[in-house]
Amino acid sequence: MTECESIEMVYEKHVLKIKIRGDIDHHSAKGIREKIDSNIFSKRPAMVVLDLSVVEFMDSSGLGLIMGRYATSKEIGANFLIYKPCKRVKKILELAGVERIMEIKGDDDNEEK
Amino acid sequence: MKKSDNHMKLYLPSLSVNEGLARQAVASFIAQLNPTIEEISDIKCAVSEAVTNSIVHGYKFKEGIIYIGVKYYSDRTVVIEIKDNGCGIQDVKLAMTPLYTTDTTGERSGMGFAVMQTFMDKLDVRSINGQGVRIVMTKKLS
Ligand SMILES: Nc1ncnc2c1ncn2[C@@H]1O[C@H](COP(=O)(O)OP(=O)(O)OP(=O)(O)O)[C@@H](O)[C@H]1O
Ligand SMILES: [Mg+2]
Repeated sequence: MTECESIEMVYEKHVLKIKIRGDIDHHSAKGIREKIDSNIFSKRPAMVVLDLSVVEFMDSSGLGLIMGRYATSKEIGANFLIYKPCKRVKKILELAGVERIMEIKGDDDNEEK
Repeated sequence: MKKSDNHMKLYLPSLSVNEGLARQAVASFIAQLNPTIEEISDIKCAVSEAVTNSIVHGYKFKEGIIYIGVKYYSDRTVVIEIKDNGCGIQDVKLAMTPLYTTDTTGERSGMGFAVMQTFMDKLDVRSINGQGVRIVMTKKLS
C-alpha cells in the first residue's frame, strides 16, 4: 500500500477532517505525518478531527503520531479530536492515558466497517 | 524445557516495510492454534513493537538482520523470540519504564515495552551494550 492511499482529508468550515486507512505503524507513520502537518500548516483550521474508525491496527508508533499531531494542532491554536477508534486502538490509547490529554469521540461498541 | 509442537524461524533485514510482514507472518503461524481475535491482535502488536525497536533504535545507523523465532507447546503456550545485533541497551530496566524514550524527534511515546508487557503474559529483555537486544515474550492462549 502506498502512503498516499492511506489517508483522506477534507477541509470544511474551519474543520480539517483526516481519515486514516490501513495500519498505523512506524512504516506508514512518516507519510501520514508529513501529509497531515503540511495540511494543518497550510489550512490553519480551528479544529482537527482524526478519524480512526477504519484503522484496525495501531502500535506505539501510532501513539507517537497522534501525540505529535496534537502538538502541531496546539501550535496553531486548533482544537484536536480523535474520532471513533475501534476497540483495539482504544486499548492502546488508554494504556498511554491519551484520553486524559485529548478528546476522544464516538463509541467503539458499534461494529466497525 | 520440553520439545515444542511446532516452530518457525524468520530472518528479515531491518527495513520498515518488513514490520507489517513480521507481525503478519507470526499471526499466520499462531493461527494454527485458533486463537481469539483479541489474542492474535495482542500478539501482532507486541511483535510490531519489538521489530520496530530493532529497526528504529538497534539498527539506527546501519542495516542489519532481525531474527524472529516462534514456537508453541501442547498447553497452548506461545513463545516469541526477537533478536537484533544493533547498538543494544545500556540500562534495560530504565528503557522499560513507561514513557521512557531516547528519541529526540518528539514522534515516539516511549510506550513500546509497556505495550509488550501488557499484551503478553511474560516479557524478558536482555542486552549486552553494543551487542544487540534479545526479547522473549510468552503468552498462553485460552
Ligand atoms: N532493540 C533495541 N535496541 C536498542 N535500543 C532499544 C531497543 N529497543 C528499545 N530500545 C531503547 O529502549 C527505549 C524504550 O523503548 P520503547 O519501545 O518502550 O519506546 P520507544 O521505542 O522509544 O517509543 P515507542 O515504542 O512508543 O515509539 C528506546 O527509546 C530505546 O532507547
Ligand atoms: Mg518502541
